[in-house]
Amino acid sequence: MVRPMVDAPAAGSDESAVDAFLQGGESLRHAPGPYFGSYGGRWMPESLIAALDELEDTFEKAKADPEFTAQIAELNKNYSGRPSLLTEAKRFAEHAGGVRIFLKREDLNHTGSHKINNVLGQALLAKRMGKTRVIAETGAGQHGVASATAAALMGLECVVYMGAEDCRRQALNVARMELLGATVIPVTNGSQTLKDAINEALRDWVANVDNTHYLLGTAAGAHPFPAMVRYFHEVIGEEARAQILEQTGRLPDAVCACIGGGSNAIGIFHGFLDDPSVRIYGFEAGGEGVETGRHAATITLGKPGVLHGARSYLMQDDDGQTIESHSISAGLDYPGVGPEHSYLADIGRVSYEPITDSEAMDAFRLLCRTEGIIPAIESAHALAGAMKVGQRLAAEAGASGDASEKIVLVNLSGRGDKDVATAAEWFDLLDKDSPEHEIAKEGEQL
Amino acid sequence: MSTVQDPGTARNASKSAAAIDRAKAQGRAALIGYLPAGYPSVEETIAAGIALAENGADLIEIGIPYSDPVMDGLVIQAATTEALAKGFHVKQVFDVVRGITSKTDAAVLVMTYWNPVVRMGVEEFSRQLADAGGAGLITPDLIPDEASEWMAASDKYGLDRVFLVAPSSSPERMKRTVEASRGFVYAVSIMGVTGARTSVSSAAKDVVAAAHAAGAERVCVGLGVSNADQVREIAAYADGVIVGTALVVAIGDGGVDAVASLTKDLSTGLTREEA
Repeated sequence: MVRPMVDAPAAGSDESAVDAFLQGGESLRHAPGPYFGSYGGRWMPESLIAALDELEDTFEKAKADPEFTAQIAELNKNYSGRPSLLTEAKRFAEHAGGVRIFLKREDLNHTGSHKINNVLGQALLAKRMGKTRVIAETGAGQHGVASATAAALMGLECVVYMGAEDCRRQALNVARMELLGATVIPVTNGSQTLKDAINEALRDWVANVDNTHYLLGTAAGAHPFPAMVRYFHEVIGEEARAQILEQTGRLPDAVCACIGGGSNAIGIFHGFLDDPSVRIYGFEAGGEGVETGRHAATITLGKPGVLHGARSYLMQDDDGQTIESHSISAGLDYPGVGPEHSYLADIGRVSYEPITDSEAMDAFRLLCRTEGIIPAIESAHALAGAMKVGQRLAAEAGASGDASEKIVLVNLSGRGDKDVATAAEWFDLLDKDSPEHEIAKEGEQL
Repeated sequence: MSTVQDPGTARNASKSAAAIDRAKAQGRAALIGYLPAGYPSVEETIAAGIALAENGADLIEIGIPYSDPVMDGLVIQAATTEALAKGFHVKQVFDVVRGITSKTDAAVLVMTYWNPVVRMGVEEFSRQLADAGGAGLITPDLIPDEASEWMAASDKYGLDRVFLVAPSSSPERMKRTVEASRGFVYAVSIMGVTGARTSVSSAAKDVVAAAHAAGAERVCVGLGVSNADQVREIAAYADGVIVGTALVVAIGDGGVDAVASLTKDLSTGLTREEA
């Protein structure tokens, strides 16, 4: 996609960190890995290194192959429904200091989130490598559903590892994956959640690497996964950049996304990393509050370590044992984060802040009622963050400027249909005797 | 990049190499037994380690329980999860190492996923391990490519660096890993995780041959080895045989006595039959 050439207006923000990079002529947009500063790498068993080498080689060749890029473009257009819309949220914006807010509508993609971008790309690579089987991990089931979808489309066997606790909470998503022909294996060891599902997928991969591709769902893990998953999501940022320029004639003042592993975020950030006037924000899951210890605010409170193949910020105790994360949003409930985010945090290019369950749910309801859009609870973290950013921008504009000239772009990474039971319980909308109440109550127990 | 060290004469002589060479001098392969620290208790790990040494094990591998053990099968996962639930702390591994090395001549290595070492600090961890009499580290999720800090610290403290090679390792990687290793090279017998298997993979012999061809003086085979017949089969071509899961089952079911009798039985397979 061609990047439109437009002069970015000065926004009067602190641009020194970014300026340092741009003056050095160094772009932040296409960091190839394996390292992002001191993060990334391959902290993996030797048994898997050959498979990672094969994947890297296949990916690099595919990127340079017009046939591959044409296949991706065709699937994005005619299967996923891209480009996704850019929608101005005027009534919602009244609650965000009166700035203009635009939503990048990844919720309108096939399967209901940004996840489809990555799974289609990786499934094509699996075919190129002659693999007949893909495995995936999933928390709430979104990546599992997307993987099962891509596998069905391309005739690949699909096995999805999912924590036993998550299977119980998300029984309908398990059924959805099975309808799509996938086998779902409940993981009963460890904490029985997403990180344990990744562990189990890695064990499967070691044993079956000859015919199996591990279709990792986020921009984390060992090289080449972080750079590769970003590549397949770059379309989000490229489309959004062109759309905002078309609709407003200028770049946004701020870009907001939620961060679990960080794949939707790195996809939209990619479009703006080299624009010094654009402030970029990643919103982590603050759970019940970072002071309670029950959260998933990895960058905010974690320390660098190695998990699942990469060096990155990590929620860990003094012994280096991984700490279990907590969030109302299963998609953000992960104690690690992609290594490129750790780097962008350290150099000050992206600001990472926690959003509590309660702030996210308030924003969730607000978007439902002001715009007629039910967002994923993950995306509601970005919305809650955008409200704070909007209010800050408005305060900065103050007497000298008009807040309505400020523009905030939010990645609405997924739709909230999957979250209706959780939300109904949160807002106490269910009849106490209804079966839905029982399901939602169980879903709240973790 | 790195150079092959002669462990016998290096300034920091390799304890692991010495233990393997003692076995070799007796016309047999070395036996390496694995136990997870803190399962079922720190005291029992020490007692079982001593029992291993007294009943035929030449090297002892003490595993640090870790929250995300991706190379381990169900038996070892269950044991290390239990140890963590009982409150095991990483620094206690040095008590275990000291407890065994103060009572036996066995070389005691620590098997650890890398993050606990990172958290303590590679230098500090190495210092304490050397201080406890430890021989070195076996690192299942650390490859030489990422090991520059560990290379420096292990040189400084005279510790062995046991990296893994696998059936999938390319000739280039095999060479690089062999060159980076000290003490011995850990040959993964099969593409998979730890756990008892009914037969030894035919891939094991090829991996050992490739590692020897790449210059490794000592190559030991692990993963899936649980009885004397399997030990005998591997002892015919490898310098050492590593048994883990079967010993974990033994200590869980029958305590230290069961570890002693299993070790005695396993050691009967070590002697190489004349061709």
